[in-house]
Amino acid sequence: MRSTRPVFLNLTQIRMPVGALTSIGHRITGMLLAAGVPVGVFLLDRSLQDEQGFADVAVLLGHGAVKVAMVLVIWALAHHLLAGVRHLLSDFDVGSPLRLARRSAWFVNLGGALVATFAAGAML
Amino acid sequence: MRPRLTGLAAWWVQRASAVCMLLFIIFALAAFALYPRHSYLEWRSWAGSPGVALAILAFFAALLLHMWVGLRDVLLDYAKPAGLRRLLLGGVAGALFGIAVWVVLILARLQT
Repeated sequence: MRSTRPVFLNLTQIRMPVGALTSIGHRITGMLLAAGVPVGVFLLDRSLQDEQGFADVAVLLGHGAVKVAMVLVIWALAHHLLAGVRHLLSDFDVGSPLRLARRSAWFVNLGGALVATFAAGAML
Repeated sequence: MRPRLTGLAAWWVQRASAVCMLLFIIFALAAFALYPRHSYLEWRSWAGSPGVALAILAFFAALLLHMWVGLRDVLLDYAKPAGLRRLLLGGVAGALFGIAVWVVLILARLQT
């Protein structure tokens, strides 16, 4: 029999607790980073090919739009890494009480943004 | 039998690979902070030295396994029709294998 209970899954209207944002952010940043890996390997390949390749990569990384993309990737890495460490800690049952879990979720979300801000300040 | 990375094995691989990558990232950041490589020759000789090349290889092995477990989780959650799921999983597996070969070729070229 099909359930008739009300289901409300409109993500734009559900009020998400901070931990939910950390969790969804972990997944989104993971996919972003995965998309960046082939680009990273391409840059590694080119930069190690010869003098010209190294110079090409240096010029490419100097472009404004590329710098913006790099800040985005650095944010993704920082968030993903911090959220991952939070996961590892919770595997060891560190930080499970709700109050601590909420605090560490804030730390991850703001920490990722802070790292990205520093990166933007240093590069742009 | 096809090797399957599921359940507890996948859980362990995800965590062990994460720790490996974290160590490599700390190592790489420290290396660049202490000795910035500004020229092609410096960069090449650093990346091509046996210890660093091996570390890069281990990093990518961990990264590709980590990507497989993570992307597989995402596809299992969202790609519902079985045929589409199989197609996408196959595509991801092929792409990751291609990247692995690419990285090995890059590192092998440095040793010549």
